Amino acid sequence: MKKKLIALTLAAASVLPLAACGGSPAAENGVVNVYNWGEYIDMSVLEDFEAATGIKVNYQTFDSNEALYGKLANGATGYDVIIPSDYMIGQMIEEDMLEPLNFDNIPNFSDVVPALKNPEYDPENLYSVPYMFGILGIIYNPGMVDEGEDMETWNVLWNEKYAGDILMFDNSRDTIGIALKKLGYSYNTTEAAQITAAVDELVAQKPLLQGYVMDDIFEKLEGENAAIGVYYYGDYLTMADNNPALRFALPREGTNRYVDAMCIPKGAENKENAEAFINFMCSTEAGLKNCEETWYSSPLLSVQDSLDPEVKADPFAYPDAAFMNEQCETFACLPAETRTLYNDEWIRLMNS
Amino acid sequence: MKSKAISFPYVGWMGLFVIAPILIITVYAFTSATGGFTLANFQDMAQYASAFGRSFLLAAVATVVCVLIGYPMAYYLARETGWLHRMATMLIMLPMWMNFLLRTYSWKFLLERNGLINAFFDLFGLGPFQMIDTQGAIVLGMIYNFLPYMVLPIFSVIEKIDPKVIEAAQDLGANSVTVFRRVIFPLSLPGVLSGITMVFIPSVSTFAISRLLGGSKTLLLGNLIDMQFLGGAYNPHLGSAISLVMMVIVMVCMALMNHFGDGEQGVTL
Repeated sequence: MKKKLIALTLAAASVLPLAACGGSPAAENGVVNVYNWGEYIDMSVLEDFEAATGIKVNYQTFDSNEALYGKLANGATGYDVIIPSDYMIGQMIEEDMLEPLNFDNIPNFSDVVPALKNPEYDPENLYSVPYMFGILGIIYNPGMVDEGEDMETWNVLWNEKYAGDILMFDNSRDTIGIALKKLGYSYNTTEAAQITAAVDELVAQKPLLQGYVMDDIFEKLEGENAAIGVYYYGDYLTMADNNPALRFALPREGTNRYVDAMCIPKGAENKENAEAFINFMCSTEAGLKNCEETWYSSPLLSVQDSLDPEVKADPFAYPDAAFMNEQCETFACLPAETRTLYNDEWIRLMNS
Repeated sequence: MKSKAISFPYVGWMGLFVIAPILIITVYAFTSATGGFTLANFQDMAQYASAFGRSFLLAAVATVVCVLIGYPMAYYLARETGWLHRMATMLIMLPMWMNFLLRTYSWKFLLERNGLINAFFDLFGLGPFQMIDTQGAIVLGMIYNFLPYMVLPIFSVIEKIDPKVIEAAQDLGANSVTVFRRVIFPLSLPGVLSGITMVFIPSVSTFAISRLLGGSKTLLLGNLIDMQFLGGAYNPHLGSAISLVMMVIVMVCMALMNHFGDGEQGVTL
């Protein structure tokens, strides 16, 4: 028994140093550590990047802005490119968690549509380069709701007829946002009474829900395990590819237009490689591939011009300015006390 | 001296990955975001009482069911010999060869509205039943995942009971019920206790099962803690405080149970 133990210890001792230096395989021009949303890229683009630059890509995914924030705020390092959404970028800039970009290394930035430059969350456009954008809406299965049901309203998510068949987001900003819109308030309200009223609505809605989900929604809606959910238009197109029965509806109370953008976290070790990566992602070829794989809307002019005219004419994928102003609202970064209220109210909802 | 040296790697491991994290959690729990000492994290705890209650209740139900299923199974296995014994032992271990998240995922697909189980009921014109995203599904997930941890310790304890002890009891006129009640069961209690520990603790702190099978609708302690670190409510200080309180409650439960278990054993023997 003892002999065995010694052998094991020796084996362990000889493996450990190996593991320690085995972390980064040889790459001629170093590495870039990319942290992106799940199901949000054409993986072959990474190989293209490696072939073009000799920089090795370490690719990891997260499933919510809050998870990304938590990880970085906890002191996680080793990420060179992250792709948070608008409001989270605003918050990270405010908390000095992002590195200003050297746009000399990102010439392809000139291809980004002017409307998406200098956004609210990064007014001087120092920290971020848009990756994809899109709008939020209701995705439903016509076979599982009453014929003639008015789907173009958030109220349908509170309809008792569909109890057990409704899915909401598993994150506070989107879910509370939907309830705010239902009540006719702004996504970016800082009035505590409005936020509390919205969460009261959600508490009342909770018994009707099948669950709070993120990417699980694909399997739930495609497999007709639930009738109604809320998610992004790009994801709807992916789902409809697998289950053509699904439909997308835009609530008339107004909805969210989001932008996810590439940023470099403070202290990134491979900043130049990160900028090379961001620049590569803004190339027409990479943009087109990502667009065709994810079905999200590209912020790149050259990509929009190369798209199938039918796709480009899709008002939900590439909405015109009037539509954006009248129907959509972007998440702004909320002040710290409002964020604390969101956290407390979200726990109240989850705990109800 | 030699044997002491062997234990160094493990002691180092323990220090680095068990003791140090507990110390860090303790420091976090008693400090605020600005770094000063505070008890505020504990003062807020009352509002999470329902999450504590829910977690302990669901874990307790799962543990009781595991005892009820696991004990007879372990008893039978330990008494049985030959191929049936080997086969059954392997079948208990088999699921543990695959990652627990994958197994939990597969339950998700079984329990869905259009899942396999509802498809089966549909053959008889029943259902569909809402099984996924319920508390029942969470308890089922706990039982399924942690049942082997109940069976194996009970099994290994019963297997080691000296047959002579049982024969002696029989010689002294005990019928099979009495043999079980006065001899086998008391002797198997240590196995039951460690089984309970090994099922209850992971159940009470799980967050993956309630997310995958509960649709995030049932907030358990694990989810509450997860939210403080990687979720919508970033506050590692509160998260550490909740973890600490949970650890203390679990430790008290275990100490009470062990004490009670020892007492029981002492009396019967």
